[in-house]
Amino acid sequence: MTERDRANPEPNRRRVLKCMAWAGTGVLWAVRGGVPRTLGLIGDAAAAEAAQGDLTFAQISDSHIGFHLPANPDPAGTLAESIARIKAMPVQPAFLVHTGDISHLSKPAEWDTAVQMIGEANKQVYYIPGEHDVADADNGKAYLERFGKGTQGRGWYSFDVGGVHFVALVNVFEFSPGFKSAGLAKLGEEQLEWLEKDLDGRSASTPLVVLAHLPLWTVYEQWGWGTADAGRALGYMKRFGSVTVLNGHIHQIVQKVEGNVTFHTAMGTAYPQPAPGAAPHPGPLQVPAGELRKYIGVRSVEFRSASGAPALMDRPLASQG
Amino acid sequence: MLRPLPFIAALAVAAACAAAPAAADAPAPVTVEIRDMKYAPDTLTIPAGTRVTWVNRDQMPHTVTDRGRAFASAALDTGDSYSYTFKTPGEFTYFCTIHPFMVARVVVK
Repeated sequence: MTERDRANPEPNRRRVLKCMAWAGTGVLWAVRGGVPRTLGLIGDAAAAEAAQGDLTFAQISDSHIGFHLPANPDPAGTLAESIARIKAMPVQPAFLVHTGDISHLSKPAEWDTAVQMIGEANKQVYYIPGEHDVADADNGKAYLERFGKGTQGRGWYSFDVGGVHFVALVNVFEFSPGFKSAGLAKLGEEQLEWLEKDLDGRSASTPLVVLAHLPLWTVYEQWGWGTADAGRALGYMKRFGSVTVLNGHIHQIVQKVEGNVTFHTAMGTAYPQPAPGAAPHPGPLQVPAGELRKYIGVRSVEFRSASGAPALMDRPLASQG
Repeated sequence: MLRPLPFIAALAVAAACAAAPAAADAPAPVTVEIRDMKYAPDTLTIPAGTRVTWVNRDQMPHTVTDRGRAFASAALDTGDSYSYTFKTPGEFTYFCTIHPFMVARVVVK
């Protein structure tokens, strides 16, 4: 039995089945045994205590370079602030992940700007596409030519760092649009078969981190905020003790725990979107200019040797630390 | 002395060409507006040969993407447009790859 297994007693996980938690921004979450608990607001002593880790990485999402409307007239500026924020983190992340919508309109110039700014962090960056990155007339060709080197299928891949297995999934290519459906995204047969093989034979005590742009559970079907065949992907992960799913797409933090899996959507670095169903449609949410930085920011994810499950800290640009 | 004559003839040909689309029996072009995450009209019935232009009047970018990829626009920013001429009869269902709940139809008679 590993250290992590002892820290994850099964009954604890069972008790929290289907618990859905909404998180305010600026709150530090520690996730142990599948149970997220709030350690305190950023800047608290508890947050400082959490600042030491064996593996730390940072998540950024939904940069939307090319967006130019009043909800944020300068997404390049807020991306630069986000990178500055990462550089100021007390524990430097080993690498960055970007969970999609790097660009707003799939234009090479937008990716140029984003990559140049993100490069200021001087870290390796693992990218996955959002639907805004594959909206060229050639169905994602430009993104895959630029970011898809060394990936499988249409851009998916996996990698290992510090004993943690990372799976980067792509759920922005296959939709089933219809007049009476929300057109939920799919991972698709080819990717699911690849995933099953990728996970096959790995030790159940290996912590998994799953990256995907659209949420891997249905947050709000009417707005297409879900992935139709995510259940099959999660089925392959059932035997793993710690599964952390990091998504973007909805420009706000929503968290859910289901058995051994914790789901976390992230803030974007550009602009917020309405809470599910809180507006006629999921367009940009315009907040007073002075408030914008409360709704956008970055996330750090820290795997600590004591528990083997990650502590997540969401850091709005308006907060300290 | 003869030089100006071909020039005048060329002008006359250019003028005839400019007037040609109206003179031929090409169907009148049609515009579909994209607004509030909807295509309007959501069902468009047109004769073959009609050139359809979609104009994005929305805050969000959208695409015009045939389900079978017979036609597909790039991402259209606010104010951008995309045109396609439907040459043969048939029924086409298209959607926005960025917002796949946006679906509409073109029926070509």
